[in-house]
Amino acid sequence: MAVDNRLSAIGGDTPPASTNGERPAARVNDLAFKIGTVNGTGSASANGLLRSAIFRMGIPVSGKNLFPSNIQGLPTWYEIRANADGHTARTARFDLVVAMNPATYRRDVEEVTPGGWVMYDSTWPLPRELDRDDVTFLGIPLAKMTVDNFKGSRVRILMKNICYVGALAALLKMDLEIVRGLLNETFAAKAKLLDANQLAISLGYDYALEHFDCPLPVHLETMDGNRDSIVIDGNTAAALGCVYAGATVAAWYPITPSTSLVDAFTGFCHQFRKDPETGRNRFAIIQAEDELAAAGMVIGAAWAGARAFTSTSGAGLSLMSEFIGLAYYAEVPSVFFDVQRVGPSTGMPTRTQQGDIQFAAYASHGDTRHIVIFPANPHECFDFAVEAFDLAERFQTPIFVLTDLDIGMNDWVIPKLEWDDSYRPDRGKVLTAEELEAATGPFHRYLDVDGDGIPWRTLPGVHPNGAYLTRGSGHDRFGNYTEDSEPYADVLARVGRKIDGAAPHLPAPEIRLSDGARIGLVTIGGCRGAVLEAVEALAERGIDADYMRVRAFPFHPDVEPFLAAHEVNFVIEQNRDGQLRKLLIAETDAEKDALVSILYYGGYPMSSHHVMDGLASHIDIGTPAGSRESVALGAPTHGATP
Amino acid sequence: MSYIKKPRVHHPGLTRNRLGLTRRDYEGTMSTLCAGCGHDSITAAIIEAFWELEIAPHEVAKTSGIGCSGKTPTYFLKEAHGFNGVHGRMPSITTGAHAANRELVCIGVSGDGDSLSIGMGQFAHVVRRNVDMLYIIENNGVYGLTKGQFSASADVGSTAKRGQVNREHPIDSVLLSLNLGAGFVARSFSGDKEQLVPIIQAGLRHRGFALIDIISPCVTFNDHRGSTKSYQYTRDNYNQLVYADFVPPAEEIATSFEAGDVRSVAMHDGSRIAFRKVPEDYDPTDRDQVYSYIRGRQQAGEVATGLLYVEPAPREATDAVDFHGIHGTVDEPLSNYPFEDLCPGADALEKLQKRFR
Repeated sequence: MAVDNRLSAIGGDTPPASTNGERPAARVNDLAFKIGTVNGTGSASANGLLRSAIFRMGIPVSGKNLFPSNIQGLPTWYEIRANADGHTARTARFDLVVAMNPATYRRDVEEVTPGGWVMYDSTWPLPRELDRDDVTFLGIPLAKMTVDNFKGSRVRILMKNICYVGALAALLKMDLEIVRGLLNETFAAKAKLLDANQLAISLGYDYALEHFDCPLPVHLETMDGNRDSIVIDGNTAAALGCVYAGATVAAWYPITPSTSLVDAFTGFCHQFRKDPETGRNRFAIIQAEDELAAAGMVIGAAWAGARAFTSTSGAGLSLMSEFIGLAYYAEVPSVFFDVQRVGPSTGMPTRTQQGDIQFAAYASHGDTRHIVIFPANPHECFDFAVEAFDLAERFQTPIFVLTDLDIGMNDWVIPKLEWDDSYRPDRGKVLTAEELEAATGPFHRYLDVDGDGIPWRTLPGVHPNGAYLTRGSGHDRFGNYTEDSEPYADVLARVGRKIDGAAPHLPAPEIRLSDGARIGLVTIGGCRGAVLEAVEALAERGIDADYMRVRAFPFHPDVEPFLAAHEVNFVIEQNRDGQLRKLLIAETDAEKDALVSILYYGGYPMSSHHVMDGLASHIDIGTPAGSRESVALGAPTHGATP
Repeated sequence: MSYIKKPRVHHPGLTRNRLGLTRRDYEGTMSTLCAGCGHDSITAAIIEAFWELEIAPHEVAKTSGIGCSGKTPTYFLKEAHGFNGVHGRMPSITTGAHAANRELVCIGVSGDGDSLSIGMGQFAHVVRRNVDMLYIIENNGVYGLTKGQFSASADVGSTAKRGQVNREHPIDSVLLSLNLGAGFVARSFSGDKEQLVPIIQAGLRHRGFALIDIISPCVTFNDHRGSTKSYQYTRDNYNQLVYADFVPPAEEIATSFEAGDVRSVAMHDGSRIAFRKVPEDYDPTDRDQVYSYIRGRQQAGEVATGLLYVEPAPREATDAVDFHGIHGTVDEPLSNYPFEDLCPGADALEKLQKRFR
């Protein structure tokens, strides 16, 4: 195969020698740890406390919540990665695991990188078969401590979590004052709970100081990396974008992982959109009976002139596809957020994937082709949300904002959001009452008067001269029903031109070039962090790679030249079928053999290891200097037991 | 071509309403339905009702689904915006339009297939939400455009044109909407314009959801002997249960009735429904009684018509009356609310972000 020839020509320099057998120097502000608990036990607030404290220490950090589709009793994990260089994509290698859930002990112990640490509740002995001689076990009698110090089973369960936060604070050298300060803020109005939480922190902290060699060689130090940053999830940021864009009607049906977008929108609307005098709402949020109705309400509201949106996930988008075709053909501006989860069908509702790329691009029957934009992080969720409404009205078509569970529901450190008060919505070509009054001829809804494929529209209730009846059935350029060949084809071709014409006006791809690079790494959405980290790792190995992140469909004019400039482009995405690659093959002149898929679709956020492992299966990428995976971290010991 | 324009030549002597508009101004394009179709009579009644109510056509949003009924908004109010959406989904489009612009007078036209089969979910939920709209079901018991299959409103024992007998229980939109809490429920007959026009007017003026299920015979596929939705059957079994007049705010109730005979129900805009004649043991404002009464008449094989139920107004909970009351929205339409009052601005964003640190 031609592709193999291409690939064999590309490889790294001679790999540098590894440094086997030495205990590494202390590693500061570059660590990842994972907490395994049972869902419904209140661990989320403890884990959030850890993440917030690290953020306030000024260290770039991410928190990934790997949670089950369940309310109580199943395993759940929270992964925290802190990295001074800002690499906060998921990593598959954990320096430390807090194993709080006996049901997942085996898996949790296995996931610690050699030389790392396992913290567990030593109130009961850890099963012998879980022993690993290349990790250090840190036993803390958490259950016993909470039973001795707190009353009531619920409080004891909750405080067990706070105890491990205290212990981690000592082990990782976290700033205790920051931790305590966060608790003061959280429980400002609940003195009893505050006291309990502060006590629990002390119990864990003191125990760790007394029994272990604190801090661990891998730990944290206060720095100044977050001065202009915030921690936010993508759904919250997107919701905020909808508020700032002036969206007034939201219709939706509950579905993980998109629900929190409308929840956040609701919260912001109550904060910002109440009439100060009457207390009444400058918004309508409708929980529909299903996704079909949600889409219909959005289309009805948009047709009547409101900025309207829905938020859903793949299964919901399937149901909406009937209405999506109508909005495309009747040319109704509408915004659809698809917070992707694992498909097909119900799939894994609480796991992440990029499985709807192709579906969104062509959703519905007949010739339909849609504008889709792909944010990579909460910052772009905010910006793209605003842009989506402008695009929808400018091009009079449904716009899809494709995020995913990782972007939507996890905590990301991003630069502060910015707003320009001079922004005004681009309502596109809408005729006003005055213009309609002054019109000398009749108004025709689907007539391409400007030659750009975008007709003028009118809103109901404005002026009798603007009336038209829109429909999903065949219509001519004048808006009349038709079953005749030419008038039908005329409109459909014009709608096609309109979408084609949008491409240069959509977000351009993010491109980073290196001198002399022969390979391109092409990716999309939330894979950004993992791929950029891989680009750096490749550079360390002497391999230059160019990077392009596609941000919109139809593809921006900058996309094709990038592909053409590389002997091989690795297309990195989170689905089984290489959907972005297929779209690139179908919609650009890129040579099929010049596009090679690197795929990870298991449901967790992509890590740079997935990228590197994928590349290694195609090209020689060598090994890095001082690579962690090849280093043993000294003799493992068992931690103290009570 | 199935789109036929009507000439816009008006006879100078046509009567004008106070907006200066003639009935012609409330018409649409020429109907392409079968000659004698009940739907065309309903269209005529809609035109008459709007003209008499003196509603400016461009203030109306007319919506429909798919099927013969879906075509009918084309045939009235050409100066109103219309949306012929997808099958069974007219309610959601209307809900969205009404949410965006509460000043629009919403009229949705649906059919028995559109509302009671494919769109039954949306029908039920638009009733629940009490969207301020007039919802007309042009009920003929068959799928006409696909040549005569039974619909969900076909009665047990009714025969199709080719002789099949329906054995499945019908879904009755009147009983269903009573059950779901609709505040205005009527049944009428396309052949009884005298009854239909005031009911349409009252339905348009009712604040909240108003249903009129109109028996509208399909002359081509369901007008034969053995059908319970034919002109002949409807006429033979017709029972006008309730005689009601719609009285606009400014007018007095006609004095030709004995005062004690007329029961008047006030509507939100000050107009009234005057119940001219109802059965002795029938109270059109008692939901439970109406429900069992209608069921009884149906079991006796009658087609009970009239403005069968209307909610005594105003409701106890004053604000949560209709969709916008429930949602607590501002009086002005959201569709053109000033952007400056919607966008919190840069300072607010800066302040808000302290929460995310």
